[in-house]
Amino acid sequence: MDVEKEAARIAEAGESARRFARDPVNLPMIHNWTEAIGDTNPRYTGPDAVAPPAMVQVWTMYGLNGVRDADDPLGAMVRVLDEAGFTSVVATNSDQTYHRYLKPGEHVSVTARLEDVTGPKKTALGEGWFVTTRSTWYVEDEIVAEMRFRILKFRPAVAEKPKAEPVRTQVIRPAINRDTEYFWEGLKQGELRIQRCGQCGLLRHPPGPMCPECGATKPKYLVSEGYGVVYSYVVHHHPRVPGREVPFVIALVELDEGVRMLGELAGVPRIGLPVQVVFTKVDDELTMPTWRPREDR
Amino acid sequence: MRIGDSLPEWHVEATPTFVISTALATRDFQDVHHDRDLAIKRGSKDIFINILTTTGLVQRYVTDWAGEDAQVKQVNIRLGAPCYAYDTLKFFGQVIERVEDDLVVEVVGRTGHGDHVTGTVRIGVPG
Repeated sequence: MDVEKEAARIAEAGESARRFARDPVNLPMIHNWTEAIGDTNPRYTGPDAVAPPAMVQVWTMYGLNGVRDADDPLGAMVRVLDEAGFTSVVATNSDQTYHRYLKPGEHVSVTARLEDVTGPKKTALGEGWFVTTRSTWYVEDEIVAEMRFRILKFRPAVAEKPKAEPVRTQVIRPAINRDTEYFWEGLKQGELRIQRCGQCGLLRHPPGPMCPECGATKPKYLVSEGYGVVYSYVVHHHPRVPGREVPFVIALVELDEGVRMLGELAGVPRIGLPVQVVFTKVDDELTMPTWRPREDR
Repeated sequence: MRIGDSLPEWHVEATPTFVISTALATRDFQDVHHDRDLAIKRGSKDIFINILTTTGLVQRYVTDWAGEDAQVKQVNIRLGAPCYAYDTLKFFGQVIERVEDDLVVEVVGRTGHGDHVTGTVRIGVPG
């Protein structure tokens, strides 16, 4: 369906025939309105009462069982856009001009014409068309009020597919070799092992084949108590990491034994935060050291 | 009343009773304004205030401040976030210009979700 062509056809038809309000302007409806809105302006009561100007549209509403007239341009345009797949609607603008206040007993009628159809435009709600109509209210042949009314008829943006739950076992796996095997083996057994030079006794992490101090190549290890403080940290938002839900915190923890070690921190990070190790089992082959705030501090 | 004058802040508690009674008083029987089950089914959080009521509230905000002698000539509004049941709608306003003998008041109505309505009201004031 050619929306622009249809719009031109509807606009060409010009102003719809006058449609009369169900009732003349009347005090009971004025009072229902002021009561609900909470408006206590004295002009709307008493023998010289006038209707609140913002009520002008109320008088000509279609009501509970109303059916739009065949020549109603908004109804016609809505049908065109519904057929074209722009099925949702939201009102965006209402500009009302009141030439004078209405008095009880006056019987208003309204006409409408299609002023403008613009689109398709990309909006936050989805792709859609802005439809602008102009309504004119009359008492007999006197124009008493006018309104420019704009809606957005849009095709709701397709909801994002629900995010797949990351599979915990699809984490990036460490490259385990002869130098680092003792470390990963320890984690499986619930031990946090720190490499120690077999000659000079220097503690070092991450593990390596040779002592940077004395050059010895016979490393041993000691088992850490598993306590430390956060020396530094990053909160990782992007890019996505396999097996992880972002954001997550990677902390550089300074162990009580003196070396620093990286690991995920559960909780709110803070430099100097006392932490303790958690042996987080990923699967039968892999256990990772992670950190959580110390419970006793 | 001068350009730059601020209107006192005004809060409207949009209780379900308020949303429904104003929708019916403006003869707007769309279900999203009185039936929460259907409103939620259509993707809304709750029932919400209809446009004719928003227009009425904007008008009332200005006339409550300007007084009963003020003649409302125009209410131009732009709609933003819906005002749902249980929201507090907070109105702010300021006189921004004089057009002929009229004053133009800028009005913002805001809920916790953002601006529900922004607009201007043109009033004639005696004197």
